[in-house]
Amino acid sequence: MREERSPILELQGITKSFGGVEALRGVDFALLPGEIHGLVGENGAGKSTLMKIIAGVHTEFSGRFLIDGQETHFRSARDAHSAGIAMVHQELSVAPDLTVAENVFLGNQPTNRLGLVQWRRMAREAGEQLARFGIDVDPMSRLGDLPIGLQQLIEIARVLFSGARIVILDEPTSALSPPEVERLFATLRRLREEGTAIVFISHFIEDILRVSDTVTVFRNGRKVAETASAATSKGALIEAMIGRGGEALEHSYSDDLMLPRPSDSSVVLKVDQLSLARSLKDISFEARAGEVLGIYGFMGCGQQELSRILFGKLKPDGGTLAVEGKPKSFASTAAARRAGVALVPESRRDMLFHQEPVYKNISISILDRISALLLKPAQERDIAKRQVEQLQIRPPVVGLDLGMLSGGNQQKVALAKWLTYPPKLLVLCEPTRGMDVGAKNDVINIVRDLRAKGLAIIVLSTEPETVLSLADRILVLKRGALVREFTNEPVSKDRLLEAA
Amino acid sequence: MASSDTALAAGQRTRGLAPFLRSQMRNIAPFLTLIFLSGFFALASPSFATLDNLGNILTQVSVTGIIAVGLTFVILCAEIDLSIASIANVTGIAVAYFTLQESYVNIPNIPLPGAAAILLAILLCAFLGLVNALGLTVIGIPSFIMTLAMMQIAAGISALLVRGQIAYKVPGVITTLGSGSLGGIPWIVIVAAIMLLGGHLVLTYTRFGRYVYMVGGNREAAEYSGLNVKLILGAVMVISAVCSGIGGMLGVAHFGSAQQNEFDTYLLDSIAAVVVGGTSLFGGRGGIGNTIVGLFVLGVLNNGLDHVNIDSFLKILIRGLILLAALVINVYAQRLREKAVE
Repeated sequence: MREERSPILELQGITKSFGGVEALRGVDFALLPGEIHGLVGENGAGKSTLMKIIAGVHTEFSGRFLIDGQETHFRSARDAHSAGIAMVHQELSVAPDLTVAENVFLGNQPTNRLGLVQWRRMAREAGEQLARFGIDVDPMSRLGDLPIGLQQLIEIARVLFSGARIVILDEPTSALSPPEVERLFATLRRLREEGTAIVFISHFIEDILRVSDTVTVFRNGRKVAETASAATSKGALIEAMIGRGGEALEHSYSDDLMLPRPSDSSVVLKVDQLSLARSLKDISFEARAGEVLGIYGFMGCGQQELSRILFGKLKPDGGTLAVEGKPKSFASTAAARRAGVALVPESRRDMLFHQEPVYKNISISILDRISALLLKPAQERDIAKRQVEQLQIRPPVVGLDLGMLSGGNQQKVALAKWLTYPPKLLVLCEPTRGMDVGAKNDVINIVRDLRAKGLAIIVLSTEPETVLSLADRILVLKRGALVREFTNEPVSKDRLLEAA
Repeated sequence: MASSDTALAAGQRTRGLAPFLRSQMRNIAPFLTLIFLSGFFALASPSFATLDNLGNILTQVSVTGIIAVGLTFVILCAEIDLSIASIANVTGIAVAYFTLQESYVNIPNIPLPGAAAILLAILLCAFLGLVNALGLTVIGIPSFIMTLAMMQIAAGISALLVRGQIAYKVPGVITTLGSGSLGGIPWIVIVAAIMLLGGHLVLTYTRFGRYVYMVGGNREAAEYSGLNVKLILGAVMVISAVCSGIGGMLGVAHFGSAQQNEFDTYLLDSIAAVVVGGTSLFGGRGGIGNTIVGLFVLGVLNNGLDHVNIDSFLKILIRGLILLAALVINVYAQRLREKAVE
C-alpha cells in the first residue's frame, strides 16, 4: 500500500555548505502523506539543516526540491508556511503573557466584521482543539502560569492544528513528562490517520521507534540509512549514527574504554538530593580531588541548570551542597568563587569580555587577591603572561583585545582565568564544543594536568567523545535525573547513548 | 558612505590608522564638536572668547559636573539614574531646613549646628541612593523605573520640607564652597574639579573602578567571573545619589536660595554631559575624561547661545538637536567598535 502513495515532499541531491564547510552532501529525502518519519543523528549531522531547508529558513542550497511532484523554491519561511509546512522549534516560542486561547490563535484570531476579536468564539474553539489533544486547561488562563511541559504541548498543538500538511517537530519530547509524551504520540497518530505528514527529530531513540513508521539516519551531512521502524532496533540505529570503521579523524570511542577504579581521595563536593522545578530531580553525587567526573546527557537534560547551581547562579528548590564537608548555600557567584568553585559555561560569550584586553580577562577573577584597593597592572600582565605561556595561547600578546583571538584560544583564556589560583572544584560545560582537533587536544591536556594537580573536575557535555576523552567516572543525566553511573567498567559511545 | 565602508573592510585586514581612529570615535567626535562650537562662537561674538567668559562657563557647568561624576559611574554600568536632579534638590533643601533661617522665612524647620546639618543632608541623599540600590538589585526593578519613582519621592520630600516657601540660609562652609572664591577662582569650580579628578582616579586606578567597567562591558561575564555584580550596581547608585546631594547643597548656596523644582534642568544636562562626552549608553566604555569634554560642549553651547543674537525659544530646539546628534554618534561608535573587534 505504502509504496503506491506518491510523496508529498521530495528532495533530491541536496547539498548545502556554510562558509566552505559542507553541512549536507547529496541528500535524498522523501516524505509520504500520512507518514511519521523519524530523523536521528548526532549533533551537527545535518538533521536540523535539512529541516530548515524544508521550512524555508535556509533558501540557498543546490539540489531539487519538489512538493506534490512540482519543483519549488521557497524564498522565505513565509513561502513554506503558505505551502502548508509548519515547524516546532526546539526552543519554546510562545507568548507567556497572553492567554492560552490567544497563543493557540496567534496571528489569526477570529474577528467579526468590524475587525474586533471574537473572544468567546476564540476561547471556545481553542478549548475544543486542546481537548482533542487531551489538554484540559482554561483557555483564558495566562500561558506563562502553566508548567513548561504543558506550554510546549500547547505550542505543538497550535502547529499541529494550524492545518499544515507537513509538520516538523524538533526534539518535541525533551521537556515533557511520560504521560505528556503519550498524549503527544496519540495526537500524532490521529493526525497521521488524517493524512498529515510528520517529521519527528529526537535524541530519544525509543521515542522514535515507538511513534514513527520510517527512520532516516544522518551522519556527517549524509543520509546513511533509511529503514522501516519495525525492522530496526536502538542498537542498530546507534551503530548507524556513530559509524564503524574509523571514518572520523579522531578517536571514535566506538570500542570499549576501561574506566579506572573509583578514587578514594578526599571528597571535594557532595551534592545531596538536589532538585529544581521541572529541570532536576533528586540529584546526589560526589566529586573527588584528582578525579574528572563526566556528566553526560542530551540537550535539555538538566546539565546547564546543574552547573549553574554549583556556581551559585541558580538557587535549587531543594537539596544540599557541601564543599570539603562544609554545607554551602551560595547567595551569589562571588560566594561560590570564594568557596573555591569555578565554572566555565558552554558559551564563551557569557564569560569573556570581548572588548577588553586578554590580561584583564584573565585577572578579573583574582583581582581581589592581588590588590586591596589600587590596581597593579604590571602584576596583572605578569600573571597573564605566565598563563598565556603555559596554555600556549596564540597570539601571545596579553594587551590584545580578546575579540581578536580565535575561538579555541578564547576558550583557553576562559580556562586561564581560573588557573592562577586554582580552585578546589572546576566545573566545565562543553569544554571542547566547536573547536578544531588541535585546540581540542590542547584543552584535554590542560584538564589532565589540572587533575594531576589534585583539582576536582566536573565535565558536563552533550558530546559523548568529550566525556569519554576526559572522565574517570561518568554519570548519565536523563530528563533531570541521574540514571546510570559508569565506574571501573568498560564504557563506549554506544553504551553511553544506550543509557541516556 | 561607500568609501568609508571600503575603508572599514580594508582596515580590518591591515589594522592601520583608520581602524584605530574608528575605535576611538567616541573620544574624538565630542572633542571635534567642542572645537567646532568654540570656534563658531568665537567668530560669531567678540565677547565669547574672553578669559572672563571662560570663568563663566566653568562656573555654569560646575553643579552639573559634580552631579555628572556619579552619573558617569551609573551609565558605565549600563544603568541610568533619573533621580539625580530630585535628590540634588532635596539635599539642598534639607541642608537649609536644618539651618537657622531669617525670621521672615515661614518654614517650621529644625535649626542645628552646621556640621550636623551637612551630615544629615548627606545621610539623606545616601539613604535615597540606597533605596535606589535595593530596588534595583534586591527587588529587581529596572533602574529606569526605580529612579523614576525616586524622582517623585525626593520631590515629595522637598515639597514637605519647604511647603512652597523659600529658604535662604545654609551652613557657612556650604555658603563659602557654593558662592565664595579662592584667589579669584570660585570654590564651586575647585570642588567640581576635585570631584571629577577623584572620580577619574577611582575609575582608572582602583579595583572597584575596574569592576564598574567589567560589569558594564558584559554583566553576564562579570557574574560568571565570580564578581558580586549586585554589590557593584548598588554601590554606583549610592555614589550617584551622594554626588547629586553634594551638587545640590553647593547649588543652593550658589543660587542663594533653596526651593522646590530648582534643579529640574540638571537632570537632562547631566545625562547630556555624560552621553555627549562619549560614554557608552551600553556600558563599559568612556569615563570621566569623556564627561569633562561633554560638560564643556554643553557649557559652551549654553553660554555661546547667550552671546549670539538668537531667538531664545529656538535655543531649546538647538540643544535638543545637539543631544540627538550626540546620541546617534554614541550608538554608531559602539557599532563601529564592535565591528573592529569582531
